[in-house]
Amino acid sequence: MDVLDLARWQFGITTVYHFLMVPLTIGLSVLVAGMQTAWVRTGEVKYLRMTKFWGKLMLVNFAMGVVTGIVQEFQFGMAWSEYSRFVGDVFGAPLAMEGLVAFFVESTFLGLWIFGWDRLPRRVHLACAWAFSLATIASAYFILAANSWMQHPVGVEMVDGRPRLTSIWAVLSNNTALTAVPHAVAGCFAVGGAFLVGIGAWHLWRGRDDDGPVWRASVKLGGWVGVVAFSALAVTGDLQGKLMFEQQPMKMAAAEALCHTEEPASFSVFAVGDVSRPDCENVKSITVPALLSFLAHSDFTSEVRGIEQLVGEYQDKYGTNYPVDDRLGELSGQPIDYVPNLPVTYWGFRFMIGFGALSALAAAATLWFTRGGRVPRTKWFPRLALAGIATPFIANSAGWIFTEMGRQPFVVAPNPTGVDGVWLFTARGVSGMGTGEILTSLIALTTVYAVLACVEVYLIRRYARAGVAGVMPPEKIDSDDPAEPGDKLAFAY
Amino acid sequence: MDLATIWFCVIALLWLGYLFLEGFDFGVGMLMPVLARDNTERRVMVNTIGPVWDGNEVWVIVAIGATFAAFPGWYASLLSGVYLPVLLVLLGLIGRGVAFEYRGKVDSARWRLVWDRVIFFGSLVPAFGVGLLITTSVFGLPLDANGNRVGSPFASIQPETVLGGLAVVGFALVHGAVFLSLKTDGEIRHRARALALRFGGWALLPLAALVVLAQVSSGSGWGWLAVGAGFAAGAVAFQRLDQGREGQAFAALGVVIAAAVVALFGALYPDVLPSTLNPEWSLTVADTASSPYTLQVISWVALFGTPAVLVYQGWTYWVFRKRVSTAQIPEVHVP
Ligand code: HDD
Ligand code: HEM
Ligand code: HEM
Repeated sequence: MDVLDLARWQFGITTVYHFLMVPLTIGLSVLVAGMQTAWVRTGEVKYLRMTKFWGKLMLVNFAMGVVTGIVQEFQFGMAWSEYSRFVGDVFGAPLAMEGLVAFFVESTFLGLWIFGWDRLPRRVHLACAWAFSLATIASAYFILAANSWMQHPVGVEMVDGRPRLTSIWAVLSNNTALTAVPHAVAGCFAVGGAFLVGIGAWHLWRGRDDDGPVWRASVKLGGWVGVVAFSALAVTGDLQGKLMFEQQPMKMAAAEALCHTEEPASFSVFAVGDVSRPDCENVKSITVPALLSFLAHSDFTSEVRGIEQLVGEYQDKYGTNYPVDDRLGELSGQPIDYVPNLPVTYWGFRFMIGFGALSALAAAATLWFTRGGRVPRTKWFPRLALAGIATPFIANSAGWIFTEMGRQPFVVAPNPTGVDGVWLFTARGVSGMGTGEILTSLIALTTVYAVLACVEVYLIRRYARAGVAGVMPPEKIDSDDPAEPGDKLAFAY
Repeated sequence: MDLATIWFCVIALLWLGYLFLEGFDFGVGMLMPVLARDNTERRVMVNTIGPVWDGNEVWVIVAIGATFAAFPGWYASLLSGVYLPVLLVLLGLIGRGVAFEYRGKVDSARWRLVWDRVIFFGSLVPAFGVGLLITTSVFGLPLDANGNRVGSPFASIQPETVLGGLAVVGFALVHGAVFLSLKTDGEIRHRARALALRFGGWALLPLAALVVLAQVSSGSGWGWLAVGAGFAAGAVAFQRLDQGREGQAFAALGVVIAAAVVALFGALYPDVLPSTLNPEWSLTVADTASSPYTLQVISWVALFGTPAVLVYQGWTYWVFRKRVSTAQIPEVHVP
């Protein structure tokens, strides 16, 4: 493997890993702020207990989100220095805004929230919960605005071979970002909802503690959040699909492994056989006639261009061969392969939608089985609920892998209606270092991440099993006063 | 002054904020095995920084993010050029952040021991690495005409840069000890103060040597002024600490690190990363800066964002101003 492959693996592994923590943090922190609001408004102990329990799980996860995020911030410069030089004028700004506007708020108010139970007036403490949970959404917005610029560069001119920012508003109101943000945030709520449903239902079924009302309220909240989040995902995903059809037609064709132009185009639900080229021509798949035309264009007749046609168009516009340049390594002077990895994009797209649908189904089923105070006594019920937790995580990862790999071979994809020349091949973005360095970091980061994954799962399991008693001392069961007696700190590490 | 120069100063300021704030965090982490005798005392130490360490860490994230936005070429060449040391910094920061959050989550001595070690090394290694990174920027790397490092992955490891690493470690130790004497009560407070008085001068020696070295190699008249101010502030810090005025000593150490940052970045300007191969290839403020429009955009953000950050971070320190002592540490209550 050369530097390019290693750098791609490293970026993919570290980013997907970061995005396992991110959606749980975003989804849970907003839900916990909501629970605390319910407690402050009604004074019901049940809501305080929910806040404490789910808040603790959120915190166990939050630490990992923070530390894996730091790696992301450095990684562009470390392993993708050519890319950083190319996009810096545009890309750095939203990143710096994210730090100044979002991360400072997040980290500071989270500290206040964790340690401030007895130091702050109740409403101020609640305001801290909202400040940091809304800041997580702000950070999602800025980073997705940066990422969307790579999918659809806007607001720039070309000066000396590099894009130069002409309008920050164009970048911040990029239509790609405005659809990606609600889609990704809804994906976060799908995760938060499934988490509540899974763990809550397991406790309901076990029925070992006196916290029945806590678990029942959690399942109900999580179930509805899961169902609504999926509906929002379908709506925003459809909007993204239409933009993708205009902005990155090759990604659209790759999502369907559509070798040849079709008019009207049918949507492939499931394929049997090898979807990679050239065999994609004779793959058997279950299709829904004309649905792809609808996804791309809101009617049932439009043409959707296939890969073979698009390759020609891309070659005309962006060249047939890589330039001859030492820094491109083996790719120097070679023909450019404009087709993304089809099995990954095809199945990535289906895993995203499929596992998302499964998570909504699990949420709806749990709501149904626990309706009106019922608790199923069968063994499969808690298993189903717990398995449901994994589904939106898989859908999220699949969505990212599809979006990012579907953009290949570009790291900054060309905007068909934008300024000419604003694109960058992934192969050109990588730093000019030796394989040794990047191999070292890939192994080190992957190993540390693997160990930490085990630790986090272990702790989450432990705290989830223990229920509310694990986070609130027993004498506090009926108390609605979170402060400790005497001079003791209400919370200490 | 043009915007690019102002942003050079802003980045120096962000590093200053980071070294000042995370400096004492690092110090507390490194002093844990030295100052604490039992678990309750260790918990006292961790809890002095518990509510604030993450907010402090964001200063480095913003320093790096702002460098990306304002000087992409600097960001790209420095981080790729100092790749392996930066990797160690990252691994240290990863472990440390997780360790603070996780060390008290299971009631087992072995569990805590593991995380205590992670906190120690996770404070030591990044403190050293950050010092090495900043001094590498000042003293330069073997860069080619495109700003890429040529030569060994260890090119950044030079006598000057190792001194830079030691300088930050030393400063963090003193700053951390003074912070602990300011933020704790009881035995630990006395131990921390005694330690700072006894070994503080030695620990600041590498920093003193570093700024003098930077001045000698490429300093300016007013750089010497900063160095002088730094030395004076150092003397004041120890005098005040000796008088039991911990808050004033802490503030004086802030002046020390500010003077050091001014001297180092002053010696660096107008370069941002010199090339040790050919001065023509050195990266400068002028040719790595983003376009004036981009600089304007981030200037507006910084103009409104930074005061807000200072206000609410200041408020956090106010909310948690009480000294922490062993009497306040609640029982361990975990599943
Ligand atoms: C959709 C949301 C999203 C996405 C796509 C990303 N992140 Fe992230 N990131 C968050 C949402 C988030 C968050 C929810 O705001 C986190 C998780 C836990 C936390 O503290 O904040 C976070 C933490 C976090 C931190 C630590 C902040 C702190 O110390 O408080 C950094 C430096 C980054 N991220 C940087 C990145 C970069 C450079 C990314 C691009 C590759 C990235 N993140 C993708
Ligand atoms: C601002 C945000 C982001 C930026 C700037 C960004 C940029 C990049 C870059 C430079 C690469 C390497 C080139 C490549 O192989 O494609 C990459 C790959 C990748 N990214 Fe992103 N990315 C961002 C967000 C994300 C997120 C949040 C995820 C999901 C978790 C993600 C998933 C991936 C994956 C899976 C790859 C590997 C693709 C491959 O190897 O082909 N990205 N991205
Ligand atoms: C009916 C269902 C869905 C449709 C039609 C849909 C559609 C899409 C499309 C077209 C993209 C690519 C955007 C681009 O590259 O320009 C995308 C990306 C993505 N999807 Fe979905 N999606 C659906 C469900 C889901 C679900 C259930 C999840 C997760 C729980 C999810 C998570 C993601 C993520 C994380 C991305 C990448 C980030 C982004 O571009 O926003 N999607 N989706």
